[in-house]
Amino acid sequence: MVLTKQKIEHVAMLARLKLDDEETELFSEQLNSILAYVEKLDDLNTEGIEPLVHVLPINNVFRDDVARPGMPREELLANATMVEEGQFKVPRIV
Amino acid sequence: MELCGLTVHELKDKLKKREISAADILDSCLQRTHQVEEQVKAFITITEETARETARVLDEKGEYPGLAGIVCGLKDNLCTRGVRTTCASRMLEDFVPGYDATVVKKLKAQQAVILGKLNMDEFAMGSSTEYSSFYPTRNPWDLKRVPGGSSGGAAAAVAAGQVIYALGTDTGGSVRQPAAFCGVVGMKPTYGRVSRSGVVGFASSLDQVGTITRDVTDCALVLNQIAGYDHMDSTSANLEVLDYTSSLVPEIKGFKVGVLQEYFQEGIHPGVKETIKRALLKMEEMGAIVEEISLPHIKYALPTYYIIAPAEASSNLARFDGVRYGLRDLEADNVEEMYINSRSLGFGPEVKRRIMLGTYVLSAGYFDAYYLKALKVRRLIKNDFDRAFEKYDVLVTPTVPTAAFKLQEHARDEDLLAMYRSDIATVPANMAGLPAISVPGGFVDEMPVGLQIIGKAFAEDTILRVAYAFEQHTDYTARKPSLGVK
Repeated sequence: MVLTKQKIEHVAMLARLKLDDEETELFSEQLNSILAYVEKLDDLNTEGIEPLVHVLPINNVFRDDVARPGMPREELLANATMVEEGQFKVPRIV
Repeated sequence: MELCGLTVHELKDKLKKREISAADILDSCLQRTHQVEEQVKAFITITEETARETARVLDEKGEYPGLAGIVCGLKDNLCTRGVRTTCASRMLEDFVPGYDATVVKKLKAQQAVILGKLNMDEFAMGSSTEYSSFYPTRNPWDLKRVPGGSSGGAAAAVAAGQVIYALGTDTGGSVRQPAAFCGVVGMKPTYGRVSRSGVVGFASSLDQVGTITRDVTDCALVLNQIAGYDHMDSTSANLEVLDYTSSLVPEIKGFKVGVLQEYFQEGIHPGVKETIKRALLKMEEMGAIVEEISLPHIKYALPTYYIIAPAEASSNLARFDGVRYGLRDLEADNVEEMYINSRSLGFGPEVKRRIMLGTYVLSAGYFDAYYLKALKVRRLIKNDFDRAFEKYDVLVTPTVPTAAFKLQEHARDEDLLAMYRSDIATVPANMAGLPAISVPGGFVDEMPVGLQIIGKAFAEDTILRVAYAFEQHTDYTARKPSLGVK
C-alpha cells in the first residue's frame, strides 16, 4: 500500500478537502488500487525521453498590447456569495 | 417522421423549401421532450423561452442560413451568458456566467435554437453520467442502461429526438463513448481545432469540444460552424478550416486502414468484436486496404491518462474556493476553513477522488515518479501514432469494448477501474491530440456499438470521409432506439 491513512490526510490538506473517516478509508482503498494500476508504467524505460506537456508546437502566445474593455464589475461580482462595497468579501484572514 | 427525428440537413432542406418554420421544429422538439424527459433525464436546464424567441425572430425574417432554426443542446460545462452552467455539480448549482463560450457565441451568431443545458458527469469526470450531482441520465435504447459519459445528456437527447444535435466535450472519450452507447455520431476534433474558451476546464491539455449528431453529414455541418482559431484560446490552432461537407464522398477505395490489434484482445465483449470485424470486412468490400497493426505503447495510454488528467484537474479545480463564484460555506470563521468547507461540500465523490489523486501525483517527492513519467510515456504514445500515420490514412478500433452497461453496474467501489476501462480505446486520441469519430457500427443484443476512426492531426476531413462512406454503405444510423422518434 502506497497511500497510508496519514498520507491521505496530508494530500487532503494540500487539496483543501476535508474527508470524514469513511471517505478516508474508502479513498485510501480506491486510490491505492488506481496507483497500483498506473504503476504499469514502471515497466517502461523512459530515460532520455522528452516529456510531452502539450501536443501542439505552440509557445508563448501573446495578443496585441491593446487595452480592451473588461467585464462589468457588477457582472463579475454577481456570482459571489458575499460582496461588500464592490468587492469580494471573505471571512477574517488575520 | 416527426420533425424532431430528422437530421440537420433534412431540416435545412425543408426550411429552405419553406415547408416548415423554425417554430415547427422547436414545437416538435419540445413536445418530444415533454413526452420523454421524465424517463431520459437528459436536461439540467431547459431554456424554452429564449428558444421560442430565437425561432420567432427567425421566422419573421424567413431566412435560414447555416444552422439557423435548428434545435440544439449544450453540455452543461459550456458557459452560456445568463443561463446557469452547473457542470452537474453542487459547486456550480447557481453559477450564471457573464459570457458565452466561443462555441456558444458561434452557434448564437448562426441563430441556432438552443433548447438548454444537458446533463453530464460532474465536471466531466465519469463514463456513465451517474456521477451527475443531480440525477443520472438514461439510455433511450434501454432505460435500464447508462447513456455513457461524461456527455451522456447530450448523446441521449440526440438519440431520443429532444434536440437535433448537441455539443459536448471530450477529455478521454466523453463525446465518443456516449455517442457509441446511444447509437449516434460523436466527433472529437484535433486538439486546438475548436476553441476551449468558456469551457469549464477539466484537463486542459486533453479537453476538446466535440459534436454529437444523428449522421456524419450533420457532423460536418456542425463542425464547420464551431471550428477555427480563437484569440481567446491561446492553445487554439491558427490554421485554415476546410469546408467539411466537401469530405462527404462515399468512396474510400485504396484508403489504408490500420486496425489496432490491442483492442481486440482481452476485455472486449465477444459480440462487439464480431460487430467491428464485420464493419472492417465492409470497409474491405468498399475497396479499403485493411491491415492489422500493433502500437507498442498504446496499452499504457489508460494508466498515463489516470495520472495526467487528475493532475491537471486538481490544478484546474483549485479555483473553486467559494470566493468569486460557486458554493460557499457560511459557517466558517476563518478563510482557510471557508475554502476547505466550501470545496468539501461542493464537490461530489468522483471529483474529490480525482483531485486527491492529482494532488498526490503532483506533490513533492512523487512528481517525478508519476507525473513526469506519465508525460514521457505520453510522448512515446504520440510517437507510435506518428509512425502509424506514415503508413495508414486512418486507424480504427471499437469505440468502447462493450455496449452500454446497466445503471449501478459499476457502482461498487471495486468496479472503479472497470468503469475507467470503458475509455480504454478513446483515451489515446486525447493523449496524442488527434481527431477521432465514433459512428454506429452495428448492434449487439439490440444495443448500438460504435466504430472509432482516428486520423492524423487536423485531418478531420479524412476521418469524416471514411465515416461517411461507411455510413452510406450500411444502415445502422437509420435504426432508432425504442424511445426514439418513430
